[in-house]
Amino acid sequence: MNILKKLALGAGMAALLATTAMADGMVVGFSQIGSESGWRAAETSVTKQEAEKRGIDLKFADAQQKQENQIKAIRGFIAQGVDAILVAPVVATGWDEVLGEAKDAKIPVILLDRGIDGSPDLYLTSVASDQVHEGAVAAGWLVQAVGDKPCNVVELEGTVGSSPAINRKKGFDDEIAKHANFKITRSQTGDFTRSKGKEVMEGFIKAEDGGKSICAVYAHSDDMMVGAIQAMKDAGLKPGTDILTVSIDAVPDLFTAMAAGEANATVELTPNMAGPAFEALAAFKKDGTLPAKAIITESKLYTQKDDPAGEASRRKSLGY
Amino acid sequence: MNRSLRPLAATAIIFLIAYAAAAFQFHGLVSTRVLGNFLTDNAFLGITAVGMTFVILSGGIDLSVGAVIGFTGVFVAVLISWAGIHPLVAFVLALAVAAAFGAAMGAAIHWLKVPSFIVTLAGMFLARGAASVISADSIPINHEVYDWVSQAYWKMPGGGRISLIGALMVAIFVLGALIAHRTRFGANVYALGGNPVSAELMGVPVARTTILIYMLSSTLAGLAGIVFSLYTQAGYSLSAVGVELDAIGAVVIGGTLLTGGYGFVAGTFIGVMLMGLVQTYIIFDGTLSSWWTKIVIGVLLFMFILLQRLVFRAQAARA
Repeated sequence: MNILKKLALGAGMAALLATTAMADGMVVGFSQIGSESGWRAAETSVTKQEAEKRGIDLKFADAQQKQENQIKAIRGFIAQGVDAILVAPVVATGWDEVLGEAKDAKIPVILLDRGIDGSPDLYLTSVASDQVHEGAVAAGWLVQAVGDKPCNVVELEGTVGSSPAINRKKGFDDEIAKHANFKITRSQTGDFTRSKGKEVMEGFIKAEDGGKSICAVYAHSDDMMVGAIQAMKDAGLKPGTDILTVSIDAVPDLFTAMAAGEANATVELTPNMAGPAFEALAAFKKDGTLPAKAIITESKLYTQKDDPAGEASRRKSLGY
Repeated sequence: MNRSLRPLAATAIIFLIAYAAAAFQFHGLVSTRVLGNFLTDNAFLGITAVGMTFVILSGGIDLSVGAVIGFTGVFVAVLISWAGIHPLVAFVLALAVAAAFGAAMGAAIHWLKVPSFIVTLAGMFLARGAASVISADSIPINHEVYDWVSQAYWKMPGGGRISLIGALMVAIFVLGALIAHRTRFGANVYALGGNPVSAELMGVPVARTTILIYMLSSTLAGLAGIVFSLYTQAGYSLSAVGVELDAIGAVVIGGTLLTGGYGFVAGTFIGVMLMGLVQTYIIFDGTLSSWWTKIVIGVLLFMFILLQRLVFRAQAARA
């Protein structure tokens, strides 16, 4: 019995300690999908950094690609009485019940990077990039770089049917269509991977007279572009000078290629989704300011002028 | 104390110590909310683990249950969302398919004399493959029955919720314990796991019992699939990957002997709760990698296997 009493006393004291520690800053739970890609790992480390900067105690839960783990994590956060919950939902369906519980407990939820099928009442806001805009920014750079000369563009598409592939194609193609001197001569899927990007680019070069009639390459992801750059070098072409390149994501390896003069431009898909989320949250907690239902992150363009070597080393530490 | 109750007691004591230690660190763990979450979030695992307990008690193993959960989810979602069939009808059809599937596996194990490991491995590939062929995408289910179930809970003081699926899991455990310890079928399962040859000589209907065991396991996995579809309001072919291993883990941590013939359904319940506790602790901590769950479960499993060896060696020496 004596031991039990001691245990109870200890538990009480621990409870007291825990409450005083929590009074310093907000406690925010973050349910991440997993670490399936370099970008996702970077998003996780940037979220941790952003939380630390603001004195937020971040509770991190990696769902290992499983929705049931995400639901468990969100329930755990609610039981803990956190001040807010960030979720990067692994699938779009099946969130009504658990987000409803968060709402009942008056805990605001912010979606990162992906959306859900459900009532917008269930969350405070969502932070994501505008994929159509990303494609348009890439096209805008190319149009400006080439000027009035005729230019045949080849396109490496992402995985067929995936939303980034559809949207990044639409944004780019629509912008290019406005300029008569541009023509998209070939377009094929490279599945977002390095090896497939190389393979498809080799095919393009063979079909286009050893690459002589290609003026520029557009890839839906930097990974495919890194593969395509290798293919161009293997064919004796100079990527970055003979053939211009523009792609999307801004991963370290592309910056390395840019520093070597083998790539021209990339549009950033920022891993910093948490920064805008924390800002919206701070405003909401302070005086109840409701943010817009969808916060769009900036799609920043990087070229060879933007210190690519420095960017490459800065990004490597994020876990890409 | 009755010697044979020792592993069960060990599981219960380890759970209590672990819970007390965790609660000592995070006072929020002692709340009706967390207790309610334990039931709701582990409902599909618990229901599967009841079936798995019978299989392991009989000296077998069922690797197909995770795939059956995935298949049932997709099957139910297709019937409801694409064919417009009422959920209750879809549930009955899904359970019938799962039961037939289990019976076929049981029959193959008995008459073809193939180890259960191989037959249920084939069953796992079959069920997972069939689910993915039907639809590789997650199929959302929007039906008033599903909306009603997601809102069907009893609110405990303190904000915790006992959901319908959580209550269903508890009911299945009670039912499972009654079948294991109070029926002829239950006694046959223990006899089969203890020694199949002497069981047959004693007049245990081996064929019927084997088929019924795998039928029960698959049917409960089917029920778990329905619960999972209620839980996520969708059917997805890749859901519940690896749940068969979690279920086996819960059964062994619960004190059931992997070689069969000894164990308790109640122990499995504690095993499931212990796994839920580890996961909840890691979420509460918020800095540990979620893969620590696997490491802790691995250590626990190893401990229990060791413990069983020691207890039964001591018993054998005495006899």
